[in-house]
Amino acid sequence: MNTNIEWQGYARKNGRKGIRNKILVMYTVECASFVAKEVGIHFRNTNIDVDVVGFTGCTDNQYALNMLLALIRHPNVGAVLVIGLGCEYLQADKLAAIAKEEEKPAQSLLIQNSGGTITSIAEAKEMVTILHEQLRNKTVRVTMSVDELVIGAECGGSDYTSGLAGNVVVGSVFDYIVEQGGTAIFEEIVEAIGLKDMLVSRGKTKQVGEQLLTTYNKMLDYCKSVRQYSVSPGNFAGGLTTIEEKSMGAFVKSGSKPIAGVLKVAQSAPEQGLWLLDSVPDPTYMSFGYTNPNDSEGLMDLVCSGAHVLLFVTGRGTVVGSAVSPVIKVTGNRHTYRRMSDDIDFCASDMLTGEATLAELTSALFQMIISTCQGEQTKAELLHHKEYYIPYKYQSAGTNCEG
Amino acid sequence: MEKQSLDECLYQIDRNDNVCVALADLPAGVIRVNGTARLQQLDVKAELTKGHKVANQFIAETQAIIKYGVVVAIATTDIEAGEWVHLHNCKSAYDERSASLDLHSGAPTDISYS
Repeated sequence: MNTNIEWQGYARKNGRKGIRNKILVMYTVECASFVAKEVGIHFRNTNIDVDVVGFTGCTDNQYALNMLLALIRHPNVGAVLVIGLGCEYLQADKLAAIAKEEEKPAQSLLIQNSGGTITSIAEAKEMVTILHEQLRNKTVRVTMSVDELVIGAECGGSDYTSGLAGNVVVGSVFDYIVEQGGTAIFEEIVEAIGLKDMLVSRGKTKQVGEQLLTTYNKMLDYCKSVRQYSVSPGNFAGGLTTIEEKSMGAFVKSGSKPIAGVLKVAQSAPEQGLWLLDSVPDPTYMSFGYTNPNDSEGLMDLVCSGAHVLLFVTGRGTVVGSAVSPVIKVTGNRHTYRRMSDDIDFCASDMLTGEATLAELTSALFQMIISTCQGEQTKAELLHHKEYYIPYKYQSAGTNCEG
Repeated sequence: MEKQSLDECLYQIDRNDNVCVALADLPAGVIRVNGTARLQQLDVKAELTKGHKVANQFIAETQAIIKYGVVVAIATTDIEAGEWVHLHNCKSAYDERSASLDLHSGAPTDISYS
Protein backbone atom coordinates (compact mmCIF):
# COMPACT_ATOMS: atom_id res chain seq x y z
CA MET A 1 0.00 0.00 0.00
CA ASN A 2 1.09 3.56 -0.68
CA THR A 3 1.92 5.02 2.70
CA ASN A 4 2.51 8.64 1.66
CA ILE A 5 -1.08 9.51 0.94
CA GLU A 6 -2.17 13.13 1.32
CA TRP A 7 -5.25 15.09 0.46
CA GLN A 8 -6.59 18.63 0.91
CA GLY A 9 -8.48 19.08 4.17
CA TYR A 10 -10.15 22.08 5.80
CA ALA A 11 -8.17 23.90 8.52
CA ARG A 12 -9.95 24.64 11.82
CA LYS A 13 -8.94 26.99 14.62
CA ASN A 14 -8.50 24.19 17.15
CA GLY A 15 -5.81 22.61 14.97
CA ARG A 16 -7.92 19.76 13.69
CA LYS A 17 -8.64 19.34 10.00
CA GLY A 18 -11.91 18.37 8.32
CA ILE A 19 -12.68 16.33 5.21
CA ARG A 20 -15.96 18.15 4.59
CA ASN A 21 -16.94 21.82 4.97
CA LYS A 22 -20.54 21.58 6.07
CA ILE A 23 -23.03 24.10 7.32
CA LEU A 24 -24.69 22.47 10.31
CA VAL A 25 -28.31 23.46 10.97
CA MET A 26 -29.06 22.52 14.59
CA TYR A 27 -32.44 22.61 16.31
CA THR A 28 -32.75 22.76 20.08
CA VAL A 29 -36.18 21.16 20.63
CA GLU A 30 -38.63 19.01 18.64
CA CYS A 31 -40.87 22.07 18.18
CA ALA A 32 -38.12 23.69 16.06
CA SER A 33 -37.33 20.56 14.02
CA PHE A 34 -39.77 21.19 11.16
CA VAL A 35 -38.28 24.57 10.30
CA ALA A 36 -34.73 23.15 10.49
CA LYS A 37 -35.57 20.15 8.31
CA GLU A 38 -37.29 22.33 5.69
CA VAL A 39 -34.12 24.41 5.45
CA GLY A 40 -32.05 21.25 5.02
CA ILE A 41 -34.31 19.94 2.25
CA HIS A 42 -34.18 23.30 0.45
CA PHE A 43 -30.40 23.07 0.02
CA ARG A 44 -30.40 19.45 -1.21
CA ASN A 45 -28.81 19.11 -4.64
CA THR A 46 -27.27 22.59 -4.41
CA ASN A 47 -23.58 23.42 -4.07
CA ILE A 48 -24.16 24.23 -0.39
CA ASP A 49 -23.49 21.24 1.89
CA VAL A 50 -26.07 21.47 4.68
CA ASP A 51 -26.66 18.81 7.37
CA VAL A 52 -29.41 18.96 9.99
CA VAL A 53 -29.13 17.65 13.56
CA GLY A 54 -31.07 18.38 16.71
CA PHE A 55 -32.26 17.43 20.15
CA THR A 56 -35.93 16.69 20.69
CA GLY A 57 -36.37 17.27 24.42
CA CYS A 58 -37.55 20.54 25.94
CA THR A 59 -35.69 19.91 29.21
CA ASP A 60 -31.98 19.87 28.57
CA ASN A 61 -29.48 17.17 29.59
CA GLN A 62 -25.71 17.52 29.98
CA TYR A 63 -24.97 14.36 27.98
CA ALA A 64 -27.03 15.56 25.01
CA LEU A 65 -25.62 19.10 25.24
CA ASN A 66 -22.08 17.69 25.23
CA MET A 67 -22.93 15.90 21.99
CA LEU A 68 -24.26 19.11 20.40
CA LEU A 69 -21.08 20.96 21.45
CA ALA A 70 -18.93 18.18 20.00
CA LEU A 71 -20.83 18.45 16.70
CA ILE A 72 -20.34 22.23 16.59
CA ARG A 73 -16.60 21.71 17.20
CA HIS A 74 -16.35 18.80 14.74
CA PRO A 75 -13.73 19.43 12.04
CA ASN A 76 -16.14 18.47 9.21
CA VAL A 77 -18.36 21.41 10.25
CA GLY A 78 -17.45 24.82 8.84
CA ALA A 79 -20.43 26.94 9.94
CA VAL A 80 -23.43 26.62 12.24
CA LEU A 81 -27.03 27.86 12.27
CA VAL A 82 -28.97 27.15 15.48
CA ILE A 83 -32.77 27.22 15.35
CA GLY A 84 -34.83 27.28 18.54
CA LEU A 85 -38.50 27.76 19.26
CA GLY A 86 -37.77 30.21 22.08
CA CYS A 87 -39.06 28.72 25.35
CA GLU A 88 -36.97 25.50 25.67
CA TYR A 89 -34.03 24.98 28.03
CA LEU A 90 -31.29 24.74 25.39
CA GLN A 91 -30.09 28.23 24.45
CA ALA A 92 -29.62 28.76 20.71
CA ASP A 93 -27.50 31.92 21.09
CA LYS A 94 -25.09 30.19 23.49
CA LEU A 95 -24.59 27.35 21.01
CA ALA A 96 -23.92 29.86 18.21
CA ALA A 97 -21.43 31.64 20.49
CA ILE A 98 -19.49 28.38 20.95
CA ALA A 99 -19.22 28.08 17.16
CA LYS A 100 -17.92 31.66 16.95
CA GLU A 101 -15.28 30.86 19.59
CA GLU A 102 -14.12 28.15 17.20
CA GLU A 103 -13.98 30.89 14.51
CA LYS A 104 -16.79 29.21 12.62
CA PRO A 105 -19.36 31.55 11.02
CA ALA A 106 -22.54 31.16 13.06
CA GLN A 107 -26.08 32.48 13.43
CA SER A 108 -29.07 31.68 15.59
CA LEU A 109 -32.76 32.39 15.36
CA LEU A 110 -35.81 31.79 17.55
CA ILE A 111 -39.02 30.94 15.74
CA GLN A 112 -41.16 32.83 18.27
CA ASN A 113 -39.17 36.02 17.56
CA SER A 114 -39.00 35.53 13.80
CA GLY A 115 -42.76 35.35 13.41
CA GLY A 116 -43.56 31.70 12.77
CA THR A 117 -42.89 28.97 10.26
CA ILE A 118 -42.85 30.83 6.94
CA THR A 119 -40.77 33.80 8.03
CA SER A 120 -38.38 31.60 10.04
CA ILE A 121 -37.72 29.30 7.08
CA ALA A 122 -37.12 32.31 4.82
CA GLU A 123 -34.82 33.95 7.37
CA ALA A 124 -32.93 30.69 7.97
CA LYS A 125 -32.40 30.13 4.23
CA GLU A 126 -30.96 33.59 3.92
CA MET A 127 -28.68 32.97 6.91
CA VAL A 128 -27.42 29.74 5.33
CA THR A 129 -26.63 31.60 2.11
CA ILE A 130 -24.67 34.23 4.05
CA LEU A 131 -22.84 31.54 6.08
CA HIS A 132 -21.93 29.82 2.84
CA GLU A 133 -20.51 33.05 1.43
CA GLN A 134 -18.45 33.55 4.61
CA LEU A 135 -17.20 29.96 4.44
CA ARG A 136 -16.19 30.38 0.80
CA ASN A 137 -14.17 33.46 1.64
CA LYS A 138 -12.46 32.31 4.81
CA THR A 139 -11.93 28.54 4.73
CA VAL A 140 -8.28 27.57 4.41
CA ARG A 141 -7.38 24.33 2.65
CA VAL A 142 -4.45 22.40 4.08
CA THR A 143 -2.67 19.16 3.37
CA MET A 144 -4.01 16.31 5.48
CA SER A 145 -2.70 12.77 5.94
CA VAL A 146 -3.59 9.48 7.60
CA ASP A 147 -1.94 10.42 10.92
CA GLU A 148 -4.54 13.22 11.26
CA LEU A 149 -7.44 10.96 10.36
CA VAL A 150 -9.95 9.67 12.92
CA ILE A 151 -12.01 6.71 11.84
CA GLY A 152 -14.92 5.04 13.66
CA ALA A 153 -16.59 1.68 13.19
CA GLU A 154 -19.70 -0.09 14.31
CA CYS A 155 -21.99 -2.82 13.05
CA GLY A 156 -25.73 -3.26 12.72
CA GLY A 157 -28.11 -5.70 11.10
CA SER A 158 -25.43 -8.33 11.65
CA ASP A 159 -25.54 -11.85 10.27
CA TYR A 160 -23.19 -14.83 10.13
CA THR A 161 -20.92 -13.04 7.66
CA SER A 162 -20.28 -9.99 9.89
CA GLY A 163 -17.92 -11.78 12.27
CA LEU A 164 -16.35 -13.91 9.53
CA ALA A 165 -15.69 -11.22 6.89
CA GLY A 166 -17.11 -7.67 7.29
CA ASN A 167 -15.76 -6.97 10.76
CA VAL A 168 -12.56 -8.88 10.00
CA VAL A 169 -11.72 -6.53 7.10
CA VAL A 170 -12.61 -3.48 9.21
CA GLY A 171 -10.34 -4.77 12.02
CA SER A 172 -7.54 -5.18 9.53
CA VAL A 173 -8.07 -1.61 8.20
CA PHE A 174 -8.04 -0.38 11.82
CA ASP A 175 -4.67 -2.09 12.33
CA TYR A 176 -3.30 -0.46 9.18
CA ILE A 177 -4.54 3.03 10.08
CA VAL A 178 -3.11 2.76 13.61
CA GLU A 179 0.22 1.59 12.13
CA GLN A 180 0.21 4.72 9.94
CA GLY A 181 -0.18 6.90 13.05
CA GLY A 182 -3.92 7.47 12.65
CA THR A 183 -6.73 7.15 15.20
CA ALA A 184 -9.40 4.44 15.21
CA ILE A 185 -12.39 4.26 17.55
CA PHE A 186 -14.71 1.30 18.15
CA GLU A 187 -17.65 1.03 20.50
CA GLU A 188 -20.46 -1.39 21.28
CA ILE A 189 -18.91 -2.49 24.56
CA VAL A 190 -22.33 -4.08 25.28
CA GLU A 191 -21.28 -6.58 22.66
CA ALA A 192 -18.18 -7.62 24.61
CA ILE A 193 -20.01 -9.90 27.03
CA GLY A 194 -17.89 -12.97 27.72
CA LEU A 195 -14.70 -11.31 26.44
CA LYS A 196 -13.49 -9.75 29.70
CA ASP A 197 -10.02 -11.32 29.80
CA MET A 198 -9.38 -10.67 26.13
CA LEU A 199 -10.53 -7.04 26.44
CA VAL A 200 -8.44 -6.33 29.53
CA SER A 201 -5.34 -7.94 27.98
CA ARG A 202 -5.60 -5.53 25.02
CA GLY A 203 -4.88 -2.48 27.24
CA LYS A 204 -1.74 -0.61 26.19
CA THR A 205 -0.72 -0.23 29.83
CA LYS A 206 -1.80 -1.80 33.13
CA GLN A 207 -3.80 1.35 33.90
CA VAL A 208 -5.68 1.11 30.61
CA GLY A 209 -6.35 -2.57 31.42
CA GLU A 210 -7.96 -1.42 34.67
CA GLN A 211 -10.03 1.19 32.79
CA LEU A 212 -11.18 -1.52 30.40
CA LEU A 213 -12.12 -3.79 33.31
CA THR A 214 -14.12 -0.98 34.97
CA THR A 215 -15.88 -0.30 31.67
CA TYR A 216 -16.61 -4.01 31.19
CA ASN A 217 -18.00 -4.45 34.70
CA LYS A 218 -20.18 -1.35 34.39
CA MET A 219 -21.57 -2.69 31.12
CA LEU A 220 -22.29 -6.13 32.61
CA ASP A 221 -24.07 -4.61 35.64
CA TYR A 222 -26.08 -2.43 33.28
CA CYS A 223 -27.10 -5.33 31.02
CA LYS A 224 -28.07 -7.43 34.04
CA SER A 225 -30.06 -4.61 35.65
CA VAL A 226 -32.10 -3.86 32.53
CA ARG A 227 -32.14 -7.58 31.60
CA GLN A 228 -31.23 -6.68 28.06
CA TYR A 229 -28.46 -8.19 26.02
CA SER A 230 -27.66 -6.90 22.58
CA VAL A 231 -28.88 -10.00 20.80
CA SER A 232 -32.24 -10.50 19.10
CA PRO A 233 -34.51 -13.28 17.75
CA GLY A 234 -33.24 -12.55 14.22
CA ASN A 235 -29.66 -13.19 15.37
CA PHE A 236 -30.61 -16.61 16.77
CA ALA A 237 -32.61 -17.56 13.68
CA GLY A 238 -29.55 -16.57 11.64
CA GLY A 239 -27.36 -19.12 13.44
CA LEU A 240 -25.91 -17.20 16.39
CA THR A 241 -26.44 -19.24 19.54
CA THR A 242 -25.21 -16.97 22.35
CA ILE A 243 -24.37 -13.36 23.18
CA GLU A 244 -20.74 -14.47 23.59
CA GLU A 245 -20.68 -15.65 19.97
CA LYS A 246 -22.18 -12.37 18.77
CA SER A 247 -19.74 -10.46 21.00
CA MET A 248 -16.68 -11.98 19.41
CA GLY A 249 -18.06 -11.41 15.92
CA ALA A 250 -18.45 -7.73 16.77
CA PHE A 251 -15.18 -7.39 18.69
CA VAL A 252 -13.01 -8.48 15.75
CA LYS A 253 -13.65 -5.09 14.14
CA SER A 254 -11.32 -3.57 16.75
CA GLY A 255 -8.40 -5.30 15.01
CA SER A 256 -5.41 -6.45 17.02
CA LYS A 257 -3.61 -3.31 18.22
CA PRO A 258 -3.28 -2.36 21.90
CA ILE A 259 -6.13 -0.16 23.18
CA ALA A 260 -4.84 3.30 24.13
CA GLY A 261 -7.74 4.12 26.46
CA VAL A 262 -11.47 4.53 27.01
CA LEU A 263 -13.40 7.58 25.75
CA LYS A 264 -16.74 8.70 27.09
CA VAL A 265 -19.36 10.11 24.74
CA ALA A 266 -18.43 13.51 23.23
CA GLN A 267 -14.76 13.12 24.18
CA SER A 268 -12.12 13.20 21.45
CA ALA A 269 -9.10 10.93 21.57
CA PRO A 270 -6.27 12.85 23.33
CA GLU A 271 -3.69 11.10 21.17
CA GLN A 272 -3.47 8.79 18.18
CA GLY A 273 -4.05 5.05 18.39
CA LEU A 274 -6.94 2.66 18.98
CA TRP A 275 -9.65 3.78 21.43
CA LEU A 276 -12.73 2.20 22.95
CA LEU A 277 -15.75 4.50 23.12
CA ASP A 278 -17.95 3.76 26.15
CA SER A 279 -21.54 4.82 25.50
CA VAL A 280 -23.05 2.80 28.36
CA PRO A 281 -24.86 4.99 30.91
CA ASP A 282 -23.16 5.45 34.26
CA PRO A 283 -25.18 4.30 37.27
CA THR A 284 -27.90 6.79 38.20
CA TYR A 285 -31.38 6.73 39.72
CA MET A 286 -32.85 6.87 36.19
CA SER A 287 -30.83 4.00 34.73
CA PHE A 288 -33.75 1.82 33.67
CA GLY A 289 -34.93 2.99 30.30
CA TYR A 290 -31.57 4.39 29.28
CA THR A 291 -30.59 2.02 26.52
CA ASN A 292 -28.59 2.11 23.33
CA PRO A 293 -31.63 2.69 21.17
CA ASN A 294 -30.48 2.26 17.56
CA ASP A 295 -27.57 2.24 15.12
CA SER A 296 -27.81 5.96 14.39
CA GLU A 297 -27.09 6.72 18.03
CA GLY A 298 -23.93 4.62 17.84
CA LEU A 299 -22.79 6.37 14.66
CA MET A 300 -23.47 9.77 16.24
CA ASP A 301 -21.39 8.79 19.30
CA LEU A 302 -18.45 8.09 17.01
CA VAL A 303 -18.97 11.40 15.17
CA CYS A 304 -19.00 13.20 18.54
CA SER A 305 -15.57 11.70 19.30
CA GLY A 306 -14.28 13.43 16.19
CA ALA A 307 -14.49 10.59 13.65
CA HIS A 308 -14.10 11.99 10.12
CA VAL A 309 -15.34 8.82 8.40
CA LEU A 310 -17.44 5.94 9.70
CA LEU A 311 -17.31 2.28 8.68
CA PHE A 312 -20.65 0.57 9.20
CA VAL A 313 -20.64 -3.22 8.86
CA THR A 314 -23.89 -5.00 8.06
CA GLY A 315 -24.85 -8.53 7.11
CA ARG A 316 -28.61 -8.42 6.65
CA GLY A 317 -28.35 -4.95 5.11
CA THR A 318 -28.90 -1.40 6.31
CA VAL A 319 -29.53 1.92 4.61
CA VAL A 320 -28.57 4.55 7.19
CA GLY A 321 -25.89 7.19 6.84
CA SER A 322 -24.94 9.97 9.23
CA ALA A 323 -24.97 13.71 9.56
CA VAL A 324 -21.53 15.39 9.74
CA SER A 325 -19.34 12.38 8.78
CA PRO A 326 -19.59 10.18 5.67
CA VAL A 327 -20.54 6.54 6.27
CA ILE A 328 -18.99 3.72 4.23
CA LYS A 329 -21.22 0.64 4.45
CA VAL A 330 -19.47 -2.73 4.37
CA THR A 331 -21.01 -6.19 4.11
CA GLY A 332 -19.57 -9.68 4.13
CA ASN A 333 -22.71 -11.08 2.50
CA ARG A 334 -22.65 -11.07 -1.30
CA HIS A 335 -26.39 -11.68 -1.58
CA THR A 336 -27.10 -8.62 0.58
CA TYR A 337 -24.63 -6.59 -1.48
CA ARG A 338 -26.32 -7.57 -4.74
CA ARG A 339 -29.78 -6.88 -3.35
CA MET A 340 -28.84 -3.50 -1.82
CA SER A 341 -26.02 -2.26 -4.04
CA ASP A 342 -27.53 1.26 -4.17
CA ASP A 343 -26.88 1.53 -0.45
CA ILE A 344 -23.84 -0.60 0.34
CA ASP A 345 -20.37 0.62 -0.65
CA PHE A 346 -18.09 -2.37 -0.09
CA CYS A 347 -18.41 -6.15 -0.24
CA ALA A 348 -15.94 -8.31 1.71
CA SER A 349 -17.41 -11.72 0.92
CA ASP A 350 -14.65 -12.78 -1.45
CA MET A 351 -12.45 -13.73 1.49
CA LEU A 352 -14.98 -16.37 2.54
CA THR A 353 -14.98 -18.09 -0.83
CA GLY A 354 -11.23 -17.74 -1.29
CA GLU A 355 -11.57 -15.36 -4.28
CA ALA A 356 -9.67 -12.57 -2.49
CA THR A 357 -7.27 -12.39 0.43
CA LEU A 358 -7.75 -10.35 3.57
CA ALA A 359 -4.79 -8.18 2.52
CA GLU A 360 -6.39 -7.38 -0.86
CA LEU A 361 -9.70 -6.44 0.72
CA THR A 362 -7.96 -4.37 3.41
CA SER A 363 -6.13 -2.40 0.73
CA ALA A 364 -9.34 -1.85 -1.27
CA LEU A 365 -11.30 -0.62 1.75
CA PHE A 366 -8.45 1.65 2.80
CA GLN A 367 -8.41 3.16 -0.72
CA MET A 368 -12.16 3.77 -0.46
CA ILE A 369 -11.62 5.63 2.84
CA ILE A 370 -8.94 7.80 1.21
CA SER A 371 -11.19 8.56 -1.79
CA THR A 372 -13.90 9.61 0.66
CA CYS A 373 -11.43 11.92 2.40
CA GLN A 374 -10.56 13.35 -1.02
CA GLY A 375 -14.20 14.31 -1.50
CA GLU A 376 -15.79 11.36 -3.23
CA GLN A 377 -19.35 10.87 -1.98
CA THR A 378 -20.35 7.63 -0.27
CA LYS A 379 -23.61 5.95 -1.27
CA ALA A 380 -25.33 7.27 1.85
CA GLU A 381 -24.21 10.80 0.97
CA LEU A 382 -25.47 10.45 -2.61
CA LEU A 383 -28.87 9.36 -1.27
CA HIS A 384 -28.94 12.19 1.34
CA HIS A 385 -28.99 9.64 4.19
CA LYS A 386 -27.88 11.87 7.06
CA GLU A 387 -29.45 10.33 10.14
CA TYR A 388 -28.66 11.45 13.67
CA TYR A 389 -29.87 10.54 17.13
CA ILE A 390 -29.14 12.49 20.29
CA PRO A 391 -30.68 10.89 23.38
CA TYR A 392 -31.25 11.77 26.99
CA LYS A 393 -28.65 9.77 28.87
CA TYR A 394 -26.38 10.09 31.86
CA GLN A 395 -22.62 9.81 32.14
CA SER A 396 -20.63 11.38 34.96
CA ALA A 397 -18.75 14.59 34.22
CA GLY A 398 -15.26 13.19 34.76
CA THR A 399 -12.88 11.66 32.27
CA ASN A 400 -12.83 7.92 31.79
CA CYS A 401 -15.45 5.75 33.44
CA GLU A 402 -14.82 6.39 37.11
CA GLY A 403 -18.62 6.34 37.45
CA MET B 1 -23.80 -19.04 -11.24
CA GLU B 2 -20.15 -19.88 -10.60
CA LYS B 3 -20.07 -17.38 -7.73
CA GLN B 4 -23.22 -18.86 -6.24
CA SER B 5 -21.67 -22.31 -5.96
CA LEU B 6 -18.48 -20.97 -4.39
CA ASP B 7 -20.22 -20.28 -1.10
CA GLU B 8 -21.78 -23.74 -0.87
CA CYS B 9 -19.23 -24.69 1.77
CA LEU B 10 -18.33 -24.39 5.43
CA TYR B 11 -15.98 -21.76 6.86
CA GLN B 12 -13.73 -22.12 9.90
CA ILE B 13 -12.34 -18.80 11.14
CA ASP B 14 -9.81 -19.97 13.75
CA ARG B 15 -7.63 -23.07 13.66
CA ASN B 16 -8.62 -24.08 17.20
CA ASP B 17 -12.38 -23.88 16.61
CA ASN B 18 -14.50 -26.98 17.14
CA VAL B 19 -17.30 -25.58 14.96
CA CYS B 20 -17.57 -24.41 11.34
CA VAL B 21 -20.20 -22.11 9.80
CA ALA B 22 -22.36 -22.90 6.75
CA LEU B 23 -21.95 -20.12 4.13
CA ALA B 24 -25.10 -21.32 2.30
CA ASP B 25 -28.00 -23.70 2.92
CA LEU B 26 -26.26 -27.07 2.69
CA PRO B 27 -27.41 -30.66 2.17
CA ALA B 28 -26.25 -33.56 4.35
CA GLY B 29 -23.06 -35.21 3.16
CA VAL B 30 -19.39 -34.41 2.67
CA ILE B 31 -18.85 -30.62 2.47
CA ARG B 32 -15.70 -28.58 1.70
CA VAL B 33 -14.30 -26.39 4.52
CA ASN B 34 -12.77 -22.94 3.72
CA GLY B 35 -10.74 -20.69 6.02
CA THR B 36 -8.16 -21.92 8.50
CA ALA B 37 -9.43 -25.44 9.01
CA ARG B 38 -7.46 -28.51 10.00
CA LEU B 39 -9.88 -30.70 8.05
CA GLN B 40 -10.51 -29.77 4.43
CA GLN B 41 -13.91 -31.45 4.46
CA LEU B 42 -16.54 -32.55 6.93
CA ASP B 43 -19.33 -35.15 6.84
CA VAL B 44 -22.42 -33.14 7.78
CA LYS B 45 -25.14 -35.35 9.31
CA ALA B 46 -28.26 -33.40 8.33
CA GLU B 47 -29.04 -30.40 6.17
CA LEU B 48 -27.81 -27.09 7.56
CA THR B 49 -29.22 -23.56 7.28
CA LYS B 50 -26.75 -20.85 6.21
CA GLY B 51 -25.08 -19.10 9.11
CA HIS B 52 -25.52 -22.07 11.42
CA LYS B 53 -22.73 -24.01 13.06
CA VAL B 54 -21.70 -27.63 12.81
CA ALA B 55 -19.31 -29.51 15.13
CA ASN B 56 -16.07 -30.52 13.41
CA GLN B 57 -15.25 -32.99 16.20
CA PHE B 58 -16.94 -34.75 19.13
CA ILE B 59 -17.78 -32.25 21.89
CA ALA B 60 -18.71 -33.75 25.28
CA GLU B 61 -21.43 -32.34 27.55
CA THR B 62 -20.10 -29.35 29.63
CA GLN B 63 -17.23 -28.80 27.19
CA ALA B 64 -16.73 -25.40 25.54
CA ILE B 65 -17.93 -24.53 22.05
CA ILE B 66 -14.96 -22.70 20.48
CA LYS B 67 -15.38 -20.18 17.64
CA TYR B 68 -12.98 -17.33 16.77
CA GLY B 69 -10.61 -19.25 19.09
CA VAL B 70 -12.68 -18.27 22.16
CA VAL B 71 -15.42 -19.89 24.23
CA VAL B 72 -18.80 -18.85 22.81
CA ALA B 73 -21.04 -21.44 24.56
CA ILE B 74 -21.11 -24.54 26.76
CA ALA B 75 -22.38 -27.91 25.47
CA THR B 76 -25.49 -29.08 27.35
CA THR B 77 -25.27 -32.59 25.87
CA ASP B 78 -22.76 -34.68 23.94
CA ILE B 79 -22.42 -33.41 20.35
CA GLU B 80 -21.16 -35.67 17.54
CA ALA B 81 -18.86 -34.46 14.74
CA GLY B 82 -21.04 -33.29 11.85
CA GLU B 83 -23.97 -32.37 14.12
CA TRP B 84 -25.76 -29.00 14.09
CA VAL B 85 -24.72 -26.85 17.10
CA HIS B 86 -27.36 -24.43 18.39
CA LEU B 87 -29.75 -23.69 21.27
CA HIS B 88 -30.80 -27.36 21.61
CA ASN B 89 -27.35 -28.63 22.57
CA CYS B 90 -25.44 -25.66 24.04
CA LYS B 91 -26.05 -22.50 26.07
CA SER B 92 -24.68 -19.08 26.97
CA ALA B 93 -22.76 -18.64 30.22
CA TYR B 94 -24.43 -15.23 30.61
CA ASP B 95 -27.83 -14.89 28.97
CA GLU B 96 -30.24 -17.38 30.55
CA ARG B 97 -33.22 -16.27 28.50
CA SER B 98 -31.76 -17.35 25.17
CA ALA B 99 -31.98 -21.05 26.13
CA SER B 100 -35.79 -20.77 26.06
CA LEU B 101 -36.06 -19.26 22.57
CA ASP B 102 -37.65 -21.24 19.74
CA LEU B 103 -34.93 -23.38 18.17
CA HIS B 104 -35.74 -22.49 14.57
CA SER B 105 -37.26 -18.98 14.60
CA GLY B 106 -35.41 -17.58 17.64
CA ALA B 107 -38.76 -16.18 18.84
CA PRO B 108 -39.29 -15.86 22.61
CA THR B 109 -41.51 -18.52 24.27
CA ASP B 110 -41.56 -17.07 27.80
CA ILE B 111 -43.78 -14.02 27.26
CA SER B 112 -47.56 -13.80 26.95
CA TYR B 113 -49.24 -12.31 23.86
CA SER B 114 -52.79 -13.01 25.14
